[in-house]
Amino acid sequence: MQRILIRLFTMLITLFGVAVVVFIVIRIAPGDPIAMMLPPGATDEDVARLRALYGLDKSLLEQFFVWFGGIIQGDFGTSISLRQDVLGLVLNRLPATLELSLFALLIALSIGGPLAIWGARERGTSIEAGIDIANGAALSIPDFLWGLVLILTFGVLIPVFGISGRVSPRLDLPFVSQFYLFESFFRLRFDLTKDLLSHMFMPALALALPLAAIISQLLKQSLKEVMDLDYVVLARVKGFSETQVILREALKNAALPTLTLIGVQFTFLIGGTVIIERLFSYEGIGNMAIDAVINRDLPLIQGIVLVFALLFVLVNLAVDMTYTLLNPRLRNA
Amino acid sequence: MTPCLTITNLSATLPGGARVLRDVSLDVNPGEVRALVGESGAGKSMIGKAILGVLPSSVRQVSGEIFLDGQDLGALSASKRRILVGANVALIPQDPLTALNPSRRIGSQMTDQLIKILGWNSAKAYTRIRQLLDEVQIRDRERVLRSYPHELSGGMRQRVLIATAFAAEPKLIVADEPTTALDVTVQKQILRLIATMQRQHATAILFVTHDLGVVAKISQQVTVLYGGMIIEQAGVSDLFADPQHAYTRALLRATPRYNDPDARVEPVQPDVLAGLQNELAANDHAWEKHLG
Ligand SMILES: Nc1ncnc2c1ncn2[C@@H]1O[C@H](COP(=O)(O)OP(=O)(O)OP(=O)(O)O)[C@@H](O)[C@H]1O
Ligand SMILES: [Mg+2]
Repeated sequence: MQRILIRLFTMLITLFGVAVVVFIVIRIAPGDPIAMMLPPGATDEDVARLRALYGLDKSLLEQFFVWFGGIIQGDFGTSISLRQDVLGLVLNRLPATLELSLFALLIALSIGGPLAIWGARERGTSIEAGIDIANGAALSIPDFLWGLVLILTFGVLIPVFGISGRVSPRLDLPFVSQFYLFESFFRLRFDLTKDLLSHMFMPALALALPLAAIISQLLKQSLKEVMDLDYVVLARVKGFSETQVILREALKNAALPTLTLIGVQFTFLIGGTVIIERLFSYEGIGNMAIDAVINRDLPLIQGIVLVFALLFVLVNLAVDMTYTLLNPRLRNA
Repeated sequence: MTPCLTITNLSATLPGGARVLRDVSLDVNPGEVRALVGESGAGKSMIGKAILGVLPSSVRQVSGEIFLDGQDLGALSASKRRILVGANVALIPQDPLTALNPSRRIGSQMTDQLIKILGWNSAKAYTRIRQLLDEVQIRDRERVLRSYPHELSGGMRQRVLIATAFAAEPKLIVADEPTTALDVTVQKQILRLIATMQRQHATAILFVTHDLGVVAKISQQVTVLYGGMIIEQAGVSDLFADPQHAYTRALLRATPRYNDPDARVEPVQPDVLAGLQNELAANDHAWEKHLG
């Protein structure tokens, strides 16, 4: 109980720190949101009026407390460029990014996991060497370059997947939530699920490949260390095959040390959605973040950054909880 | 009577070509305990691993055959061998702290072979291991079955591992220094327990130890090893009464005697060691000739 309270408290401190830093940084950065809003030839009075309207004429400290006070009451301010409630905008876009990130994580796990197991089973052979080379290649290319490669091959050369947007525009969408993928699934509209997945597949794959390589490498290493332990040898002696031994005895204990690192890498993946969503014109929060920066939309940038920070903190919490769940020693404590 | 285990001319090498086992031949008859004695690095565990098919990846068996109940293991496919050895040979490991999976409950680790490999149903498997937990004198067996390894003491874990080893009624058990990692007070209890279980189940045991005192208590046959080479094998009373090899005599002198604790304990003399080195060199020479 105490551990959970401490945990929550550190989470809040982290979020507050992020709020302060982002607030200051975007105000130091060059560019004036008001100048970008007004048509050329606007008078100085127009500028001043708008400044006052968005509270930008006050001192930095005052601005911060106005903004922060609002957040505590659930008011994240109003977007300057879109002239809408920031919270509403962000919540509207967040599900698309969550679905993309989780789908990417799923792809990364389902590529990296089996490769790690295969490599551990074939340790010391040329198969393992091949897996190492593939991992190295996947890692040395960043996600947005994978995105470009995928667009060129499967979007342009052999167009099998959608490369733009979240869903085909011709379809009439029955959705009430923004979690299109989940909703299409529960509504049994598998035609829509298929369309959504076909649009998500390439951006998700681009995000997933570097993470898949990391998972495959770390988990394989960790498995190989576990494979020589006495209880694994004992399982072999009992007559279990190498694959059974890995799945039954080694995997869970080998996954524990990799889990934390995968959690950190997953937050990097979420960060990667900003560029990938732009590249694939995917209507998520990352894509909106780039527009917000271009327009110097301070309230919106702040809101988005806070949401990303919250996601990172939650991912770490989830990792911790899984860790405790998988480890009987911690669970009983 | 076919021996339960026969090893003939078994040699195994490290990557450089150095041999960790040199022409090892030995038998274990059904229901009999054969002790494998020797100093650290003599290759005792390596023989056990070769039988069980879990040699380290760097070690290669380069000659010799292993027969289980007359069946040549080398003639079997890897998976057939794994199943056959799994069903007929069990292992009591040295260190009970590392030989149990920290994230699985004891009950599941004790029954997995019976259920997953031998195809027993779960009720039958649990009945069987409850009976064995009684035999190894674990009183609160229901709690033990639900426990994770870290919740049990070293002695308890070794009892669990002994019970597991006997569960499938194997013909042969390889016990690799099963008491070395335990508290001195627990060592004797565990040794007595293994001896009792062995008699009741009439299971043959290849008992690895470096302690001749233990040999006298538990085994009928002894094999003395040095540097991967068999120095001497004999029945236990013959070996103690009339050791043939200078090294065996030296080992006997180096062992504290329980009935005579004041007797002098001598280390192995340099001339005996020099003699052993000569024998190893001659053995190497013969091996190189054999390789051509
Ligand atoms: N995994 C391994 N890879 C390479 N060589 C090994 C490995 N394990 C053991 N050896 C070597 O093989 C030889 C025999 O080792 P083994 O473990 O059989 O000795 P032992 O008689 O069981 O000794 P101990 O009483 O210390 O357990 C030793 O020289 C050892 O260094
Ligand atoms: Mg050993």
